[in-house]
Amino acid sequence: MADKNITVEIVTPERVVFSEQVDFVVVPGIEGYLGVLPMHAPIVSGLNIGILKVITGGKETKLATSGGFMEVNNDKVVILAETAERSDEIDVSRAKAARERAEQRLASRTHDVDVARAEMALRRALIRLKASGNE
Amino acid sequence: MASARDLRRRIKSIKSTQQITKAMKMVAAAKLRKAQERVIAARPFAGKIQEVLARLTSANSGVSHPLLQVREPKNLCYVLISADRGLCGGYNANVLRMNAVLLHSKPGSLVTIGRKGRDFFRRRGFDIKSEFVGLGEDISFGVAKEIGQTLVDYYVKGIFDEIYLVYTEFKSAMTQKPTTVKLLPVEQPKESGKVTQIDYIYEPNPEELLAELLPRYIDTTIYRALLESKASEQGARMTAMGSATDNASEMIDKYTLALNRARQAAITKEISEIVGGANALD
Repeated sequence: MADKNITVEIVTPERVVFSEQVDFVVVPGIEGYLGVLPMHAPIVSGLNIGILKVITGGKETKLATSGGFMEVNNDKVVILAETAERSDEIDVSRAKAARERAEQRLASRTHDVDVARAEMALRRALIRLKASGNE
Repeated sequence: MASARDLRRRIKSIKSTQQITKAMKMVAAAKLRKAQERVIAARPFAGKIQEVLARLTSANSGVSHPLLQVREPKNLCYVLISADRGLCGGYNANVLRMNAVLLHSKPGSLVTIGRKGRDFFRRRGFDIKSEFVGLGEDISFGVAKEIGQTLVDYYVKGIFDEIYLVYTEFKSAMTQKPTTVKLLPVEQPKESGKVTQIDYIYEPNPEELLAELLPRYIDTTIYRALLESKASEQGARMTAMGSATDNASEMIDKYTLALNRARQAAITKEISEIVGGANALD
């Protein structure tokens, strides 16, 4: 098993973000975080807003994602994400601004505020900040 | 015969027009390259999502979803993608003509993306359900999502029974082809080649996954059409401006020749007048 690894492809509508051989991936599944090791059973899962972790040779890469799908088959992991940003690509100031905006919206709670939308925006901003190490 | 001064003025004016067309050609070429890159970058996602959808629907033929539901096509809708600006050869005219023909054979409403299509059909009194203009050069997935949301809404509410996408397929910088595809109801994509029956675990379950996947699939289809149209527009503009520049060169040559002739004729006339005058003195 030691020399076994898996191919991970992370694709967004705009580009291919990540495509490499790795040892281990952790994805934010709809039903909770799940890890994929070599020889995993075929699975199709929805993804939540969260942090994707890719581990190769003890090195960890973090990506912030805002939902999508994952397909695992034959040691190949295909992640279709709406957005995926590596921790060093994240625009921290933009995420902070988004967090403040969402918090203000939720705090004011006037009738024209789309609460569900604001909450989603807040979650996305928080995940981005967490992935980039700026909490 | 125009006077030398008129000719000079005309040459000057053509020269400045040529400068503009040349600059536009160059700008379009640069934008075309970028647009082409984006089309290519968007391909893997579109291909993969189609694959997953095909697998999901073929393995779970029992699942149903409002977006898969086929209804009797009473109310049709055409989503027309055109440019915001002109000066791009036959690009807008071709796609508009195609949509006009479609409307003629199967009447329906319109959703227009791009200023040209909206203005054309509004002037002719067609029903435009909604419009999206000024998308700009860099089309983000967010825009496609917004359009997709609107269309899915129309379909689910039963306002339209069939929705078609009318756009321009990008073949190369020289050729672009107006195309129509059925957007809704979603037709089950055929699985390419061999049918691999793999027992997938579905999380949370096939129905919910499908409910998430289908709108994304629509968004992706729209996104791709938008990118293809944008690349086509730039390609058409580049070609049109290239030939405009060539035509301007040709005209300048023609007028320069005429100008030289006129000048020579004037000189000849002057000489013969002088000679005539000198002869008269003798």
